[in-house]
Amino acid sequence: MILTVAWRNIWRNKRRTLITAASIFFALFFALMMRSLQIGTFDKIANDIVSSYTGHIQIHQEGYWDNQSINNVFDRDEKLEQEILKVKNIKAIVPRLESFALASTGENTKGCRVSGIIPDVENKTTKLKNTVVEGNYLTNNDQGAIIGDGLAKYLNISIGDTIVLIGQGYHAYSAAGKYAVRGIVHTSSPELNNNIVYLTLSNTQELYSTENRLTAISIILNDNGDITKIKKKILKLLDENIYEVMAWDELLFELKQLIDSKQDSSTIMLGLLYMIVGFGVFGTIVMMTSERWREFGLLVSIGMKKIKLMLIVFIETLLIGFLGIVFGFAISLPIIFHFNKNHINLTGDAAKAYTDLGFDPVMVFSNNPDFMISQIYIVIFIVLISVLYPILKLTRLKPAEALKK
Amino acid sequence: MKIIEVKNLNKIYHEGEINVHAVRGIDLVIEQGEFTAIVGPSGSGKTTLLNMIGGLDNPTEGEIVIDEINIGNLKSSQLTDFRMKNIGFVFQAYNLIPVLTAKENVEFIMHLQGKSKKERADRAIQLLEEVGLGERVNSRPSKLSGGQQQRVAVARALASKPKFILADEPTANLDSESTANLLDIMEKLNREENITFIFSTHDARVVNKARRVITIDDGKIMSDITK
Ligand SMILES: Nc1ncnc2c1ncn2[C@@H]1O[C@H](COP(=O)(O)OP(=O)(O)OP(=O)(O)O)[C@@H](O)[C@H]1O
Ligand SMILES: [Mg+2]
Repeated sequence: MILTVAWRNIWRNKRRTLITAASIFFALFFALMMRSLQIGTFDKIANDIVSSYTGHIQIHQEGYWDNQSINNVFDRDEKLEQEILKVKNIKAIVPRLESFALASTGENTKGCRVSGIIPDVENKTTKLKNTVVEGNYLTNNDQGAIIGDGLAKYLNISIGDTIVLIGQGYHAYSAAGKYAVRGIVHTSSPELNNNIVYLTLSNTQELYSTENRLTAISIILNDNGDITKIKKKILKLLDENIYEVMAWDELLFELKQLIDSKQDSSTIMLGLLYMIVGFGVFGTIVMMTSERWREFGLLVSIGMKKIKLMLIVFIETLLIGFLGIVFGFAISLPIIFHFNKNHINLTGDAAKAYTDLGFDPVMVFSNNPDFMISQIYIVIFIVLISVLYPILKLTRLKPAEALKK
Repeated sequence: MKIIEVKNLNKIYHEGEINVHAVRGIDLVIEQGEFTAIVGPSGSGKTTLLNMIGGLDNPTEGEIVIDEINIGNLKSSQLTDFRMKNIGFVFQAYNLIPVLTAKENVEFIMHLQGKSKKERADRAIQLLEEVGLGERVNSRPSKLSGGQQQRVAVARALASKPKFILADEPTANLDSESTANLLDIMEKLNREENITFIFSTHDARVVNKARRVITIDDGKIMSDITK
């Protein structure tokens, strides 16, 4: 009977209920779209970089990340690599030697990043082969190079041409080598496209005279699971004085900061939006309370306990909130799931803005339930705060006075 | 049998600087089965007196004993419970819950008393038939006339099997036909089922129906006549 009364009460003033529920709906819809797009796009950016490049976790010589010098290398230890592979949830480990060099064709010269890889290991994990847009991928004992399409364009070279790499090697040895361009890659990272040169690991070690040393072991996990836990397990296998172990969010610190700051500003916006909606809901409830004050007085007069009356008001407010939530999700979820499957490719200025930041110009909607649930919490929180007003007011209801209204 | 005893009842309202002495030292005994009118000019204190008897308002001084319980000693929530179990109320207007039908309005108080669904439904129908609304059980208050609404209110007041029914100007908003009709129903319930009614009124025709007439003025009993 209590539920019946509450349900019918919310339809007493249909217009007001609908407007209130609609305001919740719009805020929720907007919040869900915005968050979904943001989280989706940022996740994609991070995932792209993590899966195609950094990996989830990296092991370096202690101090390498702050000072990425070719002198900060460590001896490759394949036994240790086998040990690490045994840690649960690790999919693969990818040894690399990376440094900088000048790439030259004789006519043009450009600074570039040289990445020494084991072609088949690299491909198994980062699918580098799929990014080859022209020519071929490296074979395991290849003497050639593959380079980013941006770099190729800048240097104006094509498949079969030769590039010369000049740089500084291990312990100030001079580094110089000549490599035939086997393939051109286009990755999802515009930055990489503009400066990357891939060689085989052994060629790179030879170029920089590092012998059997590496700058990094990149670790790929099966899923984004508990990175911190896995990091700890890896740390136990290593001598912390020699190695540093970093998770992707430390490796991509600047990206993480950029993402966080974007999210902060949108959080403020959503906060304002929810505040406006909150005042709307509150206003509705204040009006409802004053309109029905006499009725409340009547109900208490004939013997209804205040706590029961509070329950009715509480259920009514909650129902209005749920109405907004149900419609909010009914409309948002199909859109979110559609664009989660079908990414939106940006064009024109928007695309350029993304590329300038070094991101793939693609918008992705996230269907991660976490952010959706937190929106529900916010709406329920607004409802709970608003319902405090009639509840507190009811504690002071005096039947004789309320009946006079 | 004595069901209500009012002893030296006083009520002073404080309105800013002014004190309004609305009820001044009223002593009163109501017996089971009475059909009593409280009359007096506007502002004489009828509503104030009835509200205090009904436990809706606290006296400034004095006692109200109902069935040997001094209701001044009850806490607010106990008093609410006491009202639900012992007192039936009919107010001047807007007695009903607008979103419930006539039958549901009558059932509502039995729901508060924890009566079973079957018992509620049966009794609600029976009571509505008694007040001549057997045909309108499923109508919402807004679809009923003022007189019909007051009859539903009487049925509701009866539903909880109270010790007595308090009615503050139950006919004030009714035309003469509806007034006569409501009075007839109340009188019949009093005569046939020995239900105690205490009602206030301005209306001479209503006063004529009462068996006991208590006249108050300026918060004091001026006369108390039993026919
Ligand atoms: N809440 C209140 N605050 C201040 N004064 C009040 C309050 N309620 C009633 N009064 C005053 O107490 C006196 C008695 O009022 P009451 O309502 O009991 O009269 P009444 O006999 O019921 O009048 P009516 O026939 O108009 O209903 C009046 O002077 C009134 O102004
Ligand atoms: Mg009055």
